Amino acid sequence: MNNTVKFKIDGNIVTAEKGQTIVEAAHAAGIYIPTLCNFKGVKPKGCCRMCSVKINSRYMTACTTPVSDGMEVENNIDELVDMRKSIIELMFVSGNHFCPSCEKSGNCELQALGYRYQMLVPRFPFSFPQKGIDASSPKIMKDQNRCIMCKRCMKTIKDENGKNYFAFKNRSNKVEVVLDAEMGKTMPDDLAKLAMENCPVGSIIYKEIGYNEPIGTRKYDKTPIGSEIEV
Amino acid sequence: MKEKVVEIISKYNGDRSRLMDILLDIHDWQGYVDDASVDVLASELGISAAEVNETISFYHFFSNKPRAKYNIYLNDSITACMRGRAQVEQAFENECGIKFGTVSADGVFGLYDTSCQGMNDQGPAAIINDLVFTNLTPYRVKALVDGMKEGKEIKDLVYEANGDGNNADPDMQVMVQNHIRKGGMLLDKNFEPYAVVNNMLKDKSPEDVIQIVQDSNLRGRGGAGFPTGLKWRFGRRVEGEHRVIICNADEGEPGTFKDRVMLTEFPELVFEGMAIAAYATGADIGLVYLRYEYRYMLDFLNRKLQEMRDANALGKDIGGIKDFNFDIRIQLGAGAYVCGEESALIESLEGKRGEPRDKPPFPVEKGYLDYPTIVNNVETLAATVKILQNGSEWFTSFGTKDSHGTKLLSVSGDCRFPGIYEVEWGTSIREVLQMCGAENVQAIQVGGPSGVLIGTRDIDHLNKTELMNWYKPSGMMTAEKFFDRKLSYSDLPTGGSMIIFNKDRNLLEEVVMNFMDFFIEESCGSCSTCRSLPQIMKEKLEKILSGAGVRQDIDDLLSWGKVIKVSRCGLGQTAANPILSSILNFRHLYEEHIQAMTDYDNTFDMEGLVKASCDFVGRKPVFHNS
Ligand SMILES: Cc1cc2nc3c(=O)[nH]c(=O)nc-3n(C[C@H](O)[C@H](O)[C@H](O)COP(=O)(O)O)c2cc1C
Ligand code: SF4
Ligand code: FES
Repeated sequence: MNNTVKFKIDGNIVTAEKGQTIVEAAHAAGIYIPTLCNFKGVKPKGCCRMCSVKINSRYMTACTTPVSDGMEVENNIDELVDMRKSIIELMFVSGNHFCPSCEKSGNCELQALGYRYQMLVPRFPFSFPQKGIDASSPKIMKDQNRCIMCKRCMKTIKDENGKNYFAFKNRSNKVEVVLDAEMGKTMPDDLAKLAMENCPVGSIIYKEIGYNEPIGTRKYDKTPIGSEIEV
Repeated sequence: MKEKVVEIISKYNGDRSRLMDILLDIHDWQGYVDDASVDVLASELGISAAEVNETISFYHFFSNKPRAKYNIYLNDSITACMRGRAQVEQAFENECGIKFGTVSADGVFGLYDTSCQGMNDQGPAAIINDLVFTNLTPYRVKALVDGMKEGKEIKDLVYEANGDGNNADPDMQVMVQNHIRKGGMLLDKNFEPYAVVNNMLKDKSPEDVIQIVQDSNLRGRGGAGFPTGLKWRFGRRVEGEHRVIICNADEGEPGTFKDRVMLTEFPELVFEGMAIAAYATGADIGLVYLRYEYRYMLDFLNRKLQEMRDANALGKDIGGIKDFNFDIRIQLGAGAYVCGEESALIESLEGKRGEPRDKPPFPVEKGYLDYPTIVNNVETLAATVKILQNGSEWFTSFGTKDSHGTKLLSVSGDCRFPGIYEVEWGTSIREVLQMCGAENVQAIQVGGPSGVLIGTRDIDHLNKTELMNWYKPSGMMTAEKFFDRKLSYSDLPTGGSMIIFNKDRNLLEEVVMNFMDFFIEESCGSCSTCRSLPQIMKEKLEKILSGAGVRQDIDDLLSWGKVIKVSRCGLGQTAANPILSSILNFRHLYEEHIQAMTDYDNTFDMEGLVKASCDFVGRKPVFHNS
């Protein structure tokens, strides 16, 4: 009995297990809180800020904050909806995201969020940054134009000794997620596929096979992102 | 070569968490970390080369490219700019024959821009091969560079005598001046070092010590103002195999240099404060995170620590108290403002890039190597010694009802006597301006770039509701406190940075732009918001300053400034403050620049763009409208 926690999201009572994060508890209860950098099974690191909610009128990231008894979470309120829309727009303008030609179109979480939040013309000016593509690995391409620095590949793609294939480089707006040059050369096939799958956007592209699944029949082509969670 | 790297690694027992020290040693040895060394590091430490580079590429004073024989890091803080930095920069470029951000082909000179170095009272300053050169002028630059061209040792090029006090200590020997303008309980040479640890603690239980600190109402002096006694109590409560006391000596907020002076003149107080904190919380590990810019103090401070061990104020059974074991190690940073944020500081102490952690858990629950960790500012720790010595009642007799004791102010900018002023809480801004001989004042930046820009006159007319709207919840400093001009936690809290601007300064072009550049450069880059928005907002401000702005642009800045508040740490949460607070308090400066009668964006230059695209494809444009 002591292992359950009761708290509220937008006034709705949610029962959760102790130790769960707000995102985990909300999603289990059929309430959608948008996420991008969060990834099931690995330690969260609040990078994208999409899941920001308000608790006691303070912003908290729902993917990193554990639930506690009596907590009152504001989620689907105008202010936060617009905030999340701004963040999506921010990601679009700070990279080069050309959906129609992208291999990940339809499976891309950023694109799907753009639709869900009905992004039209971003409020921020496009920056069209000059970014490169690292195609040195025989297995994958790392396209920096599309990277949103979510760290999902950094946290999930490791070799048998726990060494990371991907790491951050630099700081500030010059930050990049790069593939380790040596490890990239000998990347096993299954890991390469997993890397592409775990990337929420089209920044990691598996080589050799492309467009296996036609655009129009992909995950978010049929149902909007979040609908798999919402009851 | 490989042997040398292996040797350095084994000096630190192949401990990945000592990567900062390992990299610092490699830099001392060959000036940079080459790819071969990175590979050795990776295989010896059991991580990928990309991970090693992750740490290297984060820090300003690390390099994976060869640096020069003379590496010149020139401070670009706002006060340096106000004291002729542009001419100094030009002189360096002319004399060295290269641009900033490059190394000369012969490998003799390297010129680098650097954020505030804690020398705002004597800028422009530069760090050249780890030595500080203050009060630079084009004349001095020429002499310096001439000496370098002759191949002289950097210490032979020093042009001013050693500074006052311990700046002249044989282990320090720098031209830095303390500029202590007003003393108080902390800046008082009349005290017996380690008296509390050696004579008083044995009669007090750890609980007693925490209670005394709590009763004194001492609050953190690093900016956030968290009650110190409470923090210690939390730290004591959490179970852990070890507990850790960290002294935050990163002092990166532009315009702050009081910790520099505390560490130079009163290191005994700071270290003793750490020992008291250790006794109170049951900590056995002590770490000082010293910013790289203060490396010139390192030998001196290590000597002080040794003296302290010799006096049985550190080490085993400290002060004759059985099982009170505690020692202190100094960890150098490598140039990153965000490492002053306590969780980023801990990441850095663990040899990683200085990226703040998500909270909760807070460091008191899970900090350095996951042990319960108490992080306190230099000044906070020093104050605890005085509190233990004289009692909490004595301490609360200073200051105001809600803010007790004194505060060290770092005053710089347009005034006759920049330097350190120890004032009681409750001192008004006006009094500070009078003390430091500031005249013709247009504005004062309180709390550094992350604080607020206030006008000395306009502050009386601030509209409370408006102010509250834009500043909540900023995390570090909430704005509802900025009405009265008294320095105190309920009115105007501050970490101590005060930068004064006279009426001749261009607040937007000089000051706000400089601060925005600072945040852009110093963001750790992890949060989507903090990584991208400061640049976008700066460009919007540039648009306004160019005369192309309309009223909507000001409104955009205000609303975008709210988005950035969802960032993870105080850096991002306050990174729009230079723009937000200048709009709030100096809105007329923005209004002057915009096209008041236009309400649409008319910056799209059709003809210019058609011409550019015609040029590109080699066609001739024809315009029919003329
Ligand atoms: C970006 C950023 C930079 C900071 N820099 C410093 C610093 O240089 N020195 C410091 O003592 N605190 C700094 N802080 C505050 C620390 O996170 C922390 O609150 C403080 O060290 C706690 O000590 P105190 O309670 O004694 O003030 C900084 C915070 C942020 C968000
Ligand atoms: S707010 Fe900025 S500095 Fe702080 S964690 Fe986020 S990106 Fe890093
Ligand atoms: S999903 Fe929580 S910050 Fe990215």
